[in-house]
Amino acid sequence: MPERLISTVRGIGHRVVEAVWRLGYAARFFVATLFHSGASFRRFHLTIKEIYFSGVLSLIIILVSGLFVGMVLGLQGYETLQKYGSESALGTLVALSLVRELGPVLAALLFASRAGSAITAEIGLMKATEQLSAMEMMAVDPIARVVAPRFWGGVISMPLLAALFSAIGVFGGYLVGVVLIGVDEGQFWSQMQAAVDFRQDIVNGVIKSVVFGVAVTAIALFEGYDAPPTAEGVSHATTRTVVTSSLAVLGLDFVLTAFMFRGV
Amino acid sequence: MASENLIEIRDVNFTYDVRPVLKGINMNIPRGKVVAIMGLSGCGKTTLLRLIGAQILPTSGQVVVDGQVTSALDREGVFALRRRMGMLFQFGALFTDMTVFDNVAFPLREHTRLPESLIRDLVMMKLHAVGLHAVWNMRPAELSGGMARRVALARCLALDPMLIMYDEPFTGLDPISMSVIGNLVRRLNDALGATSIIVTHDVQESLRIVDYIYFMADGVVIAQGTPEEIRHSDTPFVHQFVHGEIDGPMAFHYPAAPYGADLEVEAAHA
Amino acid sequence: MERTTLDLWVGAFVVAGIAALLVLAFKVGNLGTFNHNETYTLWAEFENIGGLKVRAPVKSAGVVVGRVSDIQFDNQTFRAKVTFHVDKRYQFPKDTFAKILTSGLLGEQYIGLDPGGDPDNLADGDKIARTQSAVVLENLIGQFLYSKAAEGNGEKK
Repeated sequence: MPERLISTVRGIGHRVVEAVWRLGYAARFFVATLFHSGASFRRFHLTIKEIYFSGVLSLIIILVSGLFVGMVLGLQGYETLQKYGSESALGTLVALSLVRELGPVLAALLFASRAGSAITAEIGLMKATEQLSAMEMMAVDPIARVVAPRFWGGVISMPLLAALFSAIGVFGGYLVGVVLIGVDEGQFWSQMQAAVDFRQDIVNGVIKSVVFGVAVTAIALFEGYDAPPTAEGVSHATTRTVVTSSLAVLGLDFVLTAFMFRGV
Repeated sequence: MASENLIEIRDVNFTYDVRPVLKGINMNIPRGKVVAIMGLSGCGKTTLLRLIGAQILPTSGQVVVDGQVTSALDREGVFALRRRMGMLFQFGALFTDMTVFDNVAFPLREHTRLPESLIRDLVMMKLHAVGLHAVWNMRPAELSGGMARRVALARCLALDPMLIMYDEPFTGLDPISMSVIGNLVRRLNDALGATSIIVTHDVQESLRIVDYIYFMADGVVIAQGTPEEIRHSDTPFVHQFVHGEIDGPMAFHYPAAPYGADLEVEAAHA
Repeated sequence: MERTTLDLWVGAFVVAGIAALLVLAFKVGNLGTFNHNETYTLWAEFENIGGLKVRAPVKSAGVVVGRVSDIQFDNQTFRAKVTFHVDKRYQFPKDTFAKILTSGLLGEQYIGLDPGGDPDNLADGDKIARTQSAVVLENLIGQFLYSKAAEGNGEKK
């Protein structure tokens, strides 16, 4: 019995040490990415290509999801508000939920599953097929040429996607609330405008989405870069990206919300 | 005065984690020659290539490339050195998100400021040298293994390197493609006045094209010589390797207890 | 380097994203109606501020003329000291009444300014002397019950 206990504890200890080690390695990787970002801006076309792959190609899923989320908010919101005779507050409900929370968070989660996993798989495969080694042997730093542009592509795309998600979500709420159900249009927009503050809500929402963009893209890049160069390795890395970045987004959301919306 | 050897490997030890891979190996690669390094899988041949390319540093000993000791080079120095080398990876390692043209143009675009018109001409010339200038617009996924490797070779040659390293260039190819690659290795080496190192298992093809061969086992050189000498060598390991014999210094049976004990034949008799 | 369709898509994407941000800022949020005009500061003391919060609106005749900037507890007078900014375009007479009102039945609370008739206006940093505190529900109920009880007693007599 003590035999098994010892080996279990040793196993856990080993795992913890591995995790801390990996975290340190990831931090170093992140700093290296930032350091080597010069090329991403001097040769901006590299970054533009990555904005296309992370941002533009995620547009459909973001817009469709945003629309549906907004519509559901409109429906559910109406159901609940009408019990208190406050249907006129529907605009406020939809807009605040989206701009403060659902826009940045859901857009980040969708981004993680679509663009994040694509980035991890791509870099993992490049590593497995020795493309990164080949680049190194050609005296081109893979971090500057491959990793950094993807990082900035993701960071730039994320707030734009979140804004698009929120905007189309509000429209979805409008469609259901005003057009379908019949809430007063004037009330919908005017109450919303009175309640949504630019600095408090919108800017904070943008800040959140930038932070999420950094987190998701950095995690996706690291998992791809660190993946074992086998088919299994890459597939595990891809799932880990989605899981880890989703948890990171939700955790960071809590921290940021606590900071930003204290006492409101 | 440039030494006659482009590369000198002096008493190099390399340990991977706790496993010693190279144990005090010595090797000289003369300028302008095509040299083959042969040995069993996992004997450290690829490690040697990586040491020459300064991707890793020796635990002890020196790797001298064109008069420069790799461990004494800083990052700039390493990159400058690598610009004068080309390495052909086992399956080509072409960049899958670019066309063949962009792949071959990659080193030119990254390291020179040549105008696009000039780059176009150079890329076409390199592709023509490997016989593939017609596929410039294709993507790596559309190429066969042999073609991909030839394109990768064209990419290696983009900056007219002084040293070309080949990591298992003949693996997985049909006899015709193998012959084509072997032919290219020899002709391009001589045309460019470069030096080539081929890490390979393929004995027959190598014996046809190289000037000198090193045999590695257990982290050291156990035999070396010209193709003629190797063909007639009577060192047991070399003989077994060259003639593909199934038994010899490398035993057929993985070391284990006598087979009979496993089958419990002894027990039955008793 | 030539332009590609890629650049077109990326450009369109960035424009759409910024447009969405602007739509959110102006149509959804209050940036359009928010005046960054000059303001001057006034303050007042209340017995009870109820649910008044910092950044609550200050309204007169129902129109937003300013915002609450600070709420403190005065340990000498044991009252709440509320500081607020008012748009410089609007001047109020010295005998203005400041009341804490609720928008709607269950809505948020705000400060309402009822102008008096004094020819002199309040200046930057002045105190509004006449205030009315927020209505606290419990007190209201207590008052109601008490007055009902008094009525009942009166009738009996």
